[in-house]
This record gives sequence, C-alpha cells and structure tokens, in this order.
Amino acid sequence: MTDATKFKPKTVYVIYIAATPERVWQALTDPAFTRQYFGGFAVDVEPRTGGVFRLLYPDGRVHIAGKVTDWTPPRRLSCTWLVEGLAEFGELPECLVTYDLEPAGESVRLTMTESHSWDVPEEILSGGRSGWPAILSSLKSVLETGTPLSIKMEPPKAMMEAVKQAVATKPWRR
Amino acid sequence: MSKPKFVYVTYIRTTPEKVWAALTDPQTIKKFWFGITAESDFKPGSPWCLKFEDGRTADTGEILEAIPPRRLVIRWRNEFKPELKAEGYSRCTMEIEMADYYPDVGAKAVKLTVLHEIESEGGKFIEAVSGGWPKVLSNLKSLLETGDVAFQEQGRR
Repeated sequence: MTDATKFKPKTVYVIYIAATPERVWQALTDPAFTRQYFGGFAVDVEPRTGGVFRLLYPDGRVHIAGKVTDWTPPRRLSCTWLVEGLAEFGELPECLVTYDLEPAGESVRLTMTESHSWDVPEEILSGGRSGWPAILSSLKSVLETGTPLSIKMEPPKAMMEAVKQAVATKPWRR
Repeated sequence: MSKPKFVYVTYIRTTPEKVWAALTDPQTIKKFWFGITAESDFKPGSPWCLKFEDGRTADTGEILEAIPPRRLVIRWRNEFKPELKAEGYSRCTMEIEMADYYPDVGAKAVKLTVLHEIESEGGKFIEAVSGGWPKVLSNLKSLLETGDVAFQEQGRR
C-alpha cells in the first residue's frame, strides 16, 4: 500500500462548480464524462480504496496507471499516478492526485492537489500547472452547460527536457 | 526567495471582448464579485478602486496598463484590513487570449490568466487573494457561459 504521507503538495487548483457533490463525483469517475473533458482519456477506476486506477487512450492503451489510496464518495478521491504510456517517463516516480469536494452554498468547491514524493523540478511541475486549469475548466463547463471546451494541450518543452534529465540521473534515489 | 505571487488560469467559452467587458463594467463585476464593484474608467494612469455594497472601500490603486481586450495591469492595495494595507501595493496582471483548440471537438475558449504579486515578503496579502480569486473567476466563467454565477457569498468582511 502506498504511504500517502510521503507525498508533499506541489500544485493546488480550486474551482467552484454549480452542481451537487454527487454529480461532480460522477464526472470524475465515469469514463463517459472524462472522455469529454480530460483530453479524450477514459477513467477506469475500481470503486474502493486499494483498487486499480487508470486513464486510457481512446484506443484502450494505458496512459496513467495507479492505485486508489482514498475512495470516499462524494467527498474525497485520491489516486497514485504513474505514467505508463510514454517511454520517455521511464522510472519517473508516481505522484498522488487528490480531489476534495466540499459544499459551498448551493455549489461545490473542488480542490485538486498534485503531490510528489521527491524534490521534483519546477519544469516537471509545469506540466500539471498548465494542464489542470484546462481540464478542470472543461469539467465545469460540461457540468454547467453540457458542452466541454476544446483546449489544445501539449506537455511544455521544458517539462519534457526536465523529465529526460531526471530519468537519466534519477534524483529521487538521493 | 522569489516574490510572493498567485497565478490562476481559467478557460471560458466566450470571446476576449466579452471577458474584457465583464472585467471593466461595474454592474457585471457586481454580479460575479459578490456585490463588490469597481470604480475606474480603466485607462492607463487612472485611479481604480473596489467598493463593498455598503459603499466602504475595499481596495484602491491605479490602472498601470490597459490594452483592450488583451491586457489589464492594476496597482492594487488593500484598504479594509490594516495588516494587509501595511503590506503596501501589489500588482495584478490579467491577460486574455484565445486558447489553441482542436477543430470539431467541444467549444473554443478564452484563456484568462490572473497573476497577482507583491514586493513585500512574509505577509498575508497573497494568501488572502489566493482564496478569493478562484471564487471570483469561477463565478465569472459561469456568468459568461450560463448567464448565472456559480454561487453566492457574503462579500469579504
């Protein structure tokens, strides 16, 4: 079992959504929803703590694989993320992605926290820092309007350079 | 140590012109900013302030740059909490651009980036705005996409 306490929060994104916690939970855990707003990826998650968590390409290949470390519907979903679908990521350690859902008046305050177990360079964090606002803005649009946003997302160049360097030097072993 | 700052990015299904109008029109600001509104003509060098519904001044400053519908920079100081006022002026930069998009998938969106930074270190000002911006900008996004805000709240006290 993953020790969640060794992960430190590095990126936090908060967004308020006019929907019930149950609807936001469904949007985070139902592949029919994530395909619309999460860059085409389908979530595939076993609904229990300790279950398997995956993000799948449209053709079914695995992009992200991990474990559910906290399954508390409709309040908290926490999963480890390991990039599987891209060879460049090599042995790069998994990170921990946590969604916290709290009622805020008639709406939901959704907090995404990306945590890491090593002293991850800013350039690698730039991937999530550019991606999460696009993904979660589109999630909000899907729930509030029924239509996702079209936002082109590519890993920042500096991020891929930093990943390459980290994979070669393995600073997390220090 | 680098200067304290807060960055928030949101994507909104609308046009840059409508985002600019929303950020500079007092009546629209009031809708997404929990009753707070702005007083300014939003021209470079002009005074700017935010006021609570009851008329008290929340923040004051000056428009440093205004390039409709792309860029707005405000010199900004809190006025209603002495400990935040003591931190002096911050700088808030709002940038508006069309996001790159995939044809035939979903709706085109505007990328709105808010960068709020301050020179003085160790204060609470950036922490305070870090809590406020996600609420205000979530509401702005909902207002422009649906005609209604995401949630109501009593203004900052």
